[in-house]
Amino acid sequence: MKKLSECKKACKVKVVKLNASSELRQRLISFGIMKEATIEILEYAPAKSTIEIKVGKTRIALRSKEAELIEVEKYEQ
Amino acid sequence: MNNNVNACPIVAKHIKIALVGQPNVGKSMLINSISNAHLHVGNFSGVTVDKTEVLFDYKNYHFIIVDLPGTYALNDYTIEERVTSEYLIENNYDLIVNVVDSTNLEKNLQLTSELLSVGKKIVIALNMSDEADKEGININVQYMSQLLGIACVKVSAATKEGITDLIDSIINEFEIQSIEHKLIFSEAVEEEVTKIANYLNKHKYKDDNSHRNIAINLLKNNKATYAKLHHDPIWIELQPILIDASKHIELHHDSNDVKEAFASEYAAFNKGIVVEVLEDKNKVEKKTLTDKIDNVLIHPILGIPIFLFLMWGLFQLTFEIGAIPMDYIDAFFGWFGDTIGATISNNDMRSLIVDGIIAGVGAVVLFVPNIIILFVGIALLESTGYMSRVAFLLDGFFHKFGLHGQSFIPLVTGFGCSIPAYMSARILKNDRDRLLTLFIIGFMSCGARLPVYVLFVGAFFTPSMAGNILFFIYIGGAILGLIAAKILKMTAFKGTDEPFVMEMPKYRLPSLKLIWHTVFTKTMMYLKKAGTFIAAASMLVWFLSNYPHNLILEEKYEGKIELASNKSEKLTLENTLAEELLEQSYLGSIGKFSEPLFEPLGFDWKMSVALQTGLAAKEVVVSTLGVLYSLGGDVDEENNSLINAISKNIPFASAVAFIVVIMIYLPCLAASVVFTREAGGVKYFFYLIGFTSIVAYSLAFIAYRLTLLITS
Ligand SMILES: Nc1nc2c(ncn2[C@@H]2O[C@H](COP(=O)(O)OP(=O)(O)O)[C@@H](O)[C@H]2O)c(=O)[nH]1
Ligand SMILES: [Mg+2]
Repeated sequence: MKKLSECKKACKVKVVKLNASSELRQRLISFGIMKEATIEILEYAPAKSTIEIKVGKTRIALRSKEAELIEVEKYEQ
Repeated sequence: MNNNVNACPIVAKHIKIALVGQPNVGKSMLINSISNAHLHVGNFSGVTVDKTEVLFDYKNYHFIIVDLPGTYALNDYTIEERVTSEYLIENNYDLIVNVVDSTNLEKNLQLTSELLSVGKKIVIALNMSDEADKEGININVQYMSQLLGIACVKVSAATKEGITDLIDSIINEFEIQSIEHKLIFSEAVEEEVTKIANYLNKHKYKDDNSHRNIAINLLKNNKATYAKLHHDPIWIELQPILIDASKHIELHHDSNDVKEAFASEYAAFNKGIVVEVLEDKNKVEKKTLTDKIDNVLIHPILGIPIFLFLMWGLFQLTFEIGAIPMDYIDAFFGWFGDTIGATISNNDMRSLIVDGIIAGVGAVVLFVPNIIILFVGIALLESTGYMSRVAFLLDGFFHKFGLHGQSFIPLVTGFGCSIPAYMSARILKNDRDRLLTLFIIGFMSCGARLPVYVLFVGAFFTPSMAGNILFFIYIGGAILGLIAAKILKMTAFKGTDEPFVMEMPKYRLPSLKLIWHTVFTKTMMYLKKAGTFIAAASMLVWFLSNYPHNLILEEKYEGKIELASNKSEKLTLENTLAEELLEQSYLGSIGKFSEPLFEPLGFDWKMSVALQTGLAAKEVVVSTLGVLYSLGGDVDEENNSLINAISKNIPFASAVAFIVVIMIYLPCLAASVVFTREAGGVKYFFYLIGFTSIVAYSLAFIAYRLTLLITS
């Protein structure tokens, strides 16, 4: 298991656990970032401060700090 | 609908609709295509931040549609989302129209499935059907209606396809008895829902909503439902049952958060629906156009340079293309003033019309071409989807200065006009972030300040440099704003950082019609302001600068002028008279009175006055200068344009200091009112006055001294 922030560009992973506070977890969930969801890392902003990911068909930008709170594992098809 | 009979508002049936959907699914655009409204449409989350009502008639019905801010779920995360969830629970309306993006059904259904337990009639508008067709996505509408127990209609706000069907479905739904929506959970949850519903039933609990829906809302911790039941006698008995039920559900989902458990329940339900009704012809994932564009535009190395280049290009265009019609507009107002002036025999009246209104309004209208180009640039930024990309690119940078990445959206809006910018700061969840952003918005030079810049830059720089200088002024303002943010963050608005999670919309080619419309509306507003507010202000400025008359002075000079031997001597005397008359007028006295204050910045009294009248609106700075310089001396025959008057009368260093003040000092009156409302207290307005005045004055002083040093 690793954190989403540690994944490389173009990686595909599956969410295992959200370690965020209750409020942020709600927010992540409403964007579709929840247990079992698959995430693809699209791009890192300069200095890796921000990440663009794809969940389903939705593109989402979030900070590395938030990505650290998302535990993921390798996605197997 | 454009072509329908007006229903009589008294006998016609009223249908009140709450329009709900996730951000950026086309709610506002849908209203625009149903009615004749012109709501603001843009391709990013957070365009609509307050509810707006739109009225229209169709057949024998009178419709009231309430456009609500987009929300991802019913859990008031930001202020604008709170507006929506509170509206849905507390207000009276007949039905919900849930707008859904057909190209992203599963995500949109998350909100839809939550709406099912609100207890209102629902119609689902499957919007963006044109895009769905193009992407090979097909939704089985009948089957979906059957599965959910809700009328679903395919529409496209862009092509207006299916709009009539949608309205007919709304009327139909309004007229029939409501059917219970079909929301099914896993066995464990169903068991608990039934238990609680039965309990409510047994105690004959009365509410508009069904017992089943109340049970669901209670279980997923809905605040409003809790608040309602909290004061009911049954609460004492109900509470332990609820706690037990939540524990059971949490156990079942191996989670310690019942909300998370419900999210999984909803997700499973939605997946079930999508599997049944959606046919996606593009099963194999290929790169979409958005992916390809993003490869370039948000490239980690190239992204920011590309953005800066585009901005630079915009200001270059603003100056280059904007300058072309300028001479014609200038010549037109000159000719117009002369022609009108010739028909008026009364001296004072002629001066009021020609030197007051025409000079003032003309000075402002002169910059319409520049304004249009700026508006087109902002409209493109908003409607293509690029805005969110820039927010993404700059978030790390912004973060270092204590700003939230999403602050970028209100800040960019601020380049157009501060008023919508203050409003759109509502997309920021945290009050501290929001206040900080509110204080910084003023540093982003609004469209009304563009005329002042163009005027001064045009007066002191060659056309080939002017665009660069303009770019530099805007970027400089933004950088000053960032530094100010850092200072405020370290002092007044200390606190922890909020998370940044933002949706990036897909790129869309904006329709010409949409761009045209946005730009046209904004330009008309600018012109209207010139014709009303600016004209009135110019009259006032004219009056204050013409009275009181000083007959002694006039007589003294008239004698001299008559005795003058040649024409040029006569002209000089006339100019001196005008100048002296101006100085002893009311406005002259005000200017002279405040001159010492502005002296360290190198401003003469005319500039001081222009700054003060500019507090009403920034365009008034230009119109005031227009009036003052057309009344005063130094207007020789062949060259009477304002730009020339400026470059002749104002030293370069003073002009630089003047620009610095314009960049920073208090926003206009209307914006100040909105600022105070959005910040939530008059005290913030006084903070703003203090903050901007001190910063503007000190920086202008430094700029003045530095320029003097460099140029001497
Ligand atoms: N192709 C297409 N684009 C649409 C449609 N409806 C809205 N849009 C675009 O989607 C974006 C969001 O529209 P807007 O009305 O501001 O969404 P809102 O945030 O839900 O109010 C804009 O760029 C619109 O041009 C549609 O039916 N088809
Ligand atoms: Mg909207």
